[in-house]
Amino acid sequence: MCKDCGCGLPGDVAIDGVPVGSESAHSGGAVAHAHDHEHEHTHGHDHARGHDHEHPHPHPHEHHRTVTVEQGILDKNDRLAERNRGFFQAKRLFVLNVLASPGAGKTALIERTASDLGKELRLGVIVGDLATENDAVRLRSHGVPAIQITTGSVCHLDAEMVSRAMERLDLDALDTLIIENVGNLVCPAVYDLGENLRVVLLSVTEGEDKPLKYPVMFQSAQVVVVNKTDIAAAVGFDRETALHNIRRVAPNATILELSARTGEGMDRWYAYLKQAVHRRTASPA
Amino acid sequence: MVEAGFDVRGLYVHEVSLMQDTVIIAVKQAREAGAQRIHRVMMRVGALSGAVPETLEFAFEIVAKGTMAEGALLEIEKVPVLCYCSACAEEFEPADLVCECTRCARPSVEIRRGRELQLTSLEVS
Repeated sequence: MCKDCGCGLPGDVAIDGVPVGSESAHSGGAVAHAHDHEHEHTHGHDHARGHDHEHPHPHPHEHHRTVTVEQGILDKNDRLAERNRGFFQAKRLFVLNVLASPGAGKTALIERTASDLGKELRLGVIVGDLATENDAVRLRSHGVPAIQITTGSVCHLDAEMVSRAMERLDLDALDTLIIENVGNLVCPAVYDLGENLRVVLLSVTEGEDKPLKYPVMFQSAQVVVVNKTDIAAAVGFDRETALHNIRRVAPNATILELSARTGEGMDRWYAYLKQAVHRRTASPA
Repeated sequence: MVEAGFDVRGLYVHEVSLMQDTVIIAVKQAREAGAQRIHRVMMRVGALSGAVPETLEFAFEIVAKGTMAEGALLEIEKVPVLCYCSACAEEFEPADLVCECTRCARPSVEIRRGRELQLTSLEVS
């Protein structure tokens, strides 16, 4: 809720259930949306002219003037993301942003990875959901430090939320941080979190044309994981078409086919991940 | 117009967040210019920006309420996708959002235009 007027734009972001009093534009709490109540009735229109104040499209008056702005709406998030990236680099931390539709198997992939690589990698997880702490609880049961961000009505994680959540992790004890984004193939695509690797999951139950329907998301992926291969035949998954569509949208992405449930194909994912982490931790900070 | 009492908490779209940031930038710029009202907000939105212009317009009406931009007109300049094919050494406008060269059909990763999401200018008084 806004401290000034009680309006609640857009949602109440909480980290591990504790609401964050954020000054960010869209991470809840005391949202810094613009207030201008004191000016509401002080504009210089001439009431004698009978100007209709309910008119949503005011006609230009002679005293209207143009202010040139030329500013990117995501500039602020991009700056914060760069700050995160610099911080991760200083900590020699390899950071993944994992994105997919709800139910594609993000948590299952991370759970299995944590369970199988727990001895080789020092993993931590930040998980974003609209509500509930179920995913963090699931991950903690594998002995992985996990921080839950509940976003309220916000459909994506942004760089500011991640920066606040990571304060609660002992990053010096980690070499790999996995950020599980809110289940959504649209909104999270445009928010850079400062990650080193973007992993987009596509489960075989979703249909082969998902990459064509959500090109912004798939274009941004460095790795596309095709998950639930164990049930591909049962759901009539057309593998060739799906791979072709992924390559059309993301020609440079690495494609990994696996089943986080049965473990089939996970070895390639582990090899890829371990190599990426070691490259980072071996490089100068 | 938005009905009184409309609750944006029901809206799971990032366009609300984006327009909130837009209004914050707009109000700051308008204040710095000594203005008291914003009458018109001009934006540039690319086809690959991840934002839907119609949803931005809808969200704008909601988030501008109670600010100096309330009731302002939002004008969105839509920017089509422009890609570059290195094999053909040519720019091309794909038919859809998939950047496949219209000449040689090779997929391209060089998107030169279409990701814009900018507040370009304001009309104030």
